[in-house]
Amino acid sequence: MLDLSKLFGKKKASKDLAKERLQLVLVHDRANVSPEFLESIKDEIMKVLEKYMDIDEENGLDIHITTAKSEDGDFQVPALTASIPIKKVKSRN
Amino acid sequence: MARTKSQVIVVTSGKGGVGKTTTTANIGVGLSQLNKRVVLIDTDIGLRNLDVVLGLENRIVYDLVDVVSGKCKVRQALIKDKRFEGLYLIPAAQTKDKDAVSVEQMKALCDELKNEFDFVIIDCPAGIEQGFKNAIAGADKALVVTTPEVSAVRDADRIIGLLEANEIDEHYLIINRVRQDMVKRGDMMNMDDIIEILNIDLIGVIPDDESIIVSTNKGEPAVVNNKSNAGQAYRNITGRINGDNIPLMDLDSSNGLLKKIKNMFSKK
Repeated sequence: MLDLSKLFGKKKASKDLAKERLQLVLVHDRANVSPEFLESIKDEIMKVLEKYMDIDEENGLDIHITTAKSEDGDFQVPALTASIPIKKVKSRN
Repeated sequence: MARTKSQVIVVTSGKGGVGKTTTTANIGVGLSQLNKRVVLIDTDIGLRNLDVVLGLENRIVYDLVDVVSGKCKVRQALIKDKRFEGLYLIPAAQTKDKDAVSVEQMKALCDELKNEFDFVIIDCPAGIEQGFKNAIAGADKALVVTTPEVSAVRDADRIIGLLEANEIDEHYLIINRVRQDMVKRGDMMNMDDIIEILNIDLIGVIPDDESIIVSTNKGEPAVVNNKSNAGQAYRNITGRINGDNIPLMDLDSSNGLLKKIKNMFSKK
């Protein structure tokens, strides 16, 4: 019988899927951040940034915890990723 | 007089059903076979099982709650295993409330038992509630049991975090129920995958083995069965706990002819 999965290239080993999913879920578990906690970080960051620039809060503002490789590249570590669209930088006098 | 190297070791996992009780029983029997004085404490109040895994269920008079509440002396609650010299059990209470034991009571009990025994081994309940807090209260070291499944590994990570928060920094991983055939075809995480994820020292890998179920049926831990692969894995772990340097088991050949021939020559 023709094995279709072989015809369309080898399927990823399920253990690699398990590993990737675990690494991602553990970053969140370990960081132990609640949505409220993240919201309060966001508010603080925005307060500071608004002193210097106008932020487009409606479009594409996104602050969340994600994963990054550690400096030696051996481990996944949590990272705060922020995408903050700027409308206009305020002039500094 | 306090024994100089007495250790309290908690066997924990977070997730239920990964082999904590089986591990506790096998390591306990294994250490007694190395001429150590060992007491096992079942802290899973309401869901007592270590007694039945060890085949001591008919010998229970007093339990852990009776001891900590002062209803009996520690000595009275110790069930002596007649088959294995130096091995004793303090069973969990089956009918009492989970909160019948406190952290302070467990610490005091562990300290008292350290005077009498080389090893105090604590079988921890599943979960991270009061029973877990009690089980780790008096522990010097921890053995974290997991299986190669996402749920068990995730819970092990949580437990490792809690152990560190409670300053039990010496903790080792046991990976239980490894199916080498599935590892080979990429359908089960291997030991390197799990160590990388959890970032913890490994003390042993136990193959998935029918002989564990047979030994539980009989109430005779597999560690004394020379024909059992899992029993061999437990003997290795026991030796490592005792401070011996034993290489990791080669799971590939554990069922092979060569291994069987080796076993024939290595029997005492």
